[in-house]
Amino acid sequence: MSRSEVLVSADWAEQNLNTPGIVLVEVDEDTSAYDGGHIAGAVKLDWKKDLQDPVIRDFVSKDQFEALLSAKGIGNDDTVVLYGGNNNWFAAYAYWYFKLYGHENIKLLDGGRKKWELDGRELSKDEVNRPTTSYHAKEQDTSIRAFRDEVVAAIGNKNLLDIRSPDEYAGKLLAPAHLPQEQSQRAGHIPGAVNVPWSKAANEDGTFKSDDELRELYSQLDLSKDSIAYCRIGERSSHSWFALHELLGVDNIKNYDGSWTEYGSLVGVPIEKSV
Amino acid sequence: MCGAPTQTPTLPAHVDIEKETVIYGTVSKDGNPVPAAYVRLLDSTGEFTAEVVTSATGDYRFFAAPGDWTLSVLHNSGKARQVVSATGPGLVEATIQLS
Repeated sequence: MSRSEVLVSADWAEQNLNTPGIVLVEVDEDTSAYDGGHIAGAVKLDWKKDLQDPVIRDFVSKDQFEALLSAKGIGNDDTVVLYGGNNNWFAAYAYWYFKLYGHENIKLLDGGRKKWELDGRELSKDEVNRPTTSYHAKEQDTSIRAFRDEVVAAIGNKNLLDIRSPDEYAGKLLAPAHLPQEQSQRAGHIPGAVNVPWSKAANEDGTFKSDDELRELYSQLDLSKDSIAYCRIGERSSHSWFALHELLGVDNIKNYDGSWTEYGSLVGVPIEKSV
Repeated sequence: MCGAPTQTPTLPAHVDIEKETVIYGTVSKDGNPVPAAYVRLLDSTGEFTAEVVTSATGDYRFFAAPGDWTLSVLHNSGKARQVVSATGPGLVEATIQLS
């Protein structure tokens, strides 16, 4: 996997807005961003409403994912280009999620909405309607998704990569600071987890750092061992998973979407705290 | 006092400001509020903690913790960097001018 296969520039996206077979998809935490203006022709995905089961804490089923993509007009052969706000956190999450359900051609727009806006590029409020398709998903590829028992068993055995901010890792904050801090789970991190904040993998305009810079950043991990990345709900760790798995070609890394909101609520599991 | 009403941030109903440390304010340039500016909250070591986009009225808001913080703002019309200290829970206002 090389950078050019998985990451596209804003220039490239702008030149391919009308290219058949390329579908831009905006994924946000706050979907009012899309409604206020989006890249022309991009369809909207709501990371919560569209990608999470409404009752139990899990993803939508394969059937529901197929129905969703069919309704959005995304076909199996389409190249999906994902972008979004929050420095592409939720777009990276969707990237990992599309990979989980086996979508072949998928790319991330480097820098997401932020870079697009900072460049002063055009946004559109036009409604986007694509003809429906009949999308076929694959069974979940759990070689990239970690579950809680595996995470507990990984303590002392595998690399645990905590990509939250240093204050969340230390236990001073329970959530990124754009969210209220009162949460039910305990604060801290999984024992032995190494803290490499996601933000160190990105430039201030939201684009990814170079491969050399990324290699240097993760040099403190022994990448010959299996790794599991986590954050609070699995979206920021998708961003780091993308940097490692897709940009640097590290195959043996999983994303733990249960992340701290699950781990920090488990009864009896060990927690390390440094405040 | 000049008599201008005190601006307070709009907070979700369940937020308890006795417990939360809310850093908030407005981003402006040449006296006008700047919507869609990217405001980053950096911790005392300069590390990223969170980022928000200013509202239509140029407002931003963070839920932080007591301590020293830096606000770093990017917009296509300019940028700014400002230090802010929170001594305890409650509201801390920081007005930011882009240059």
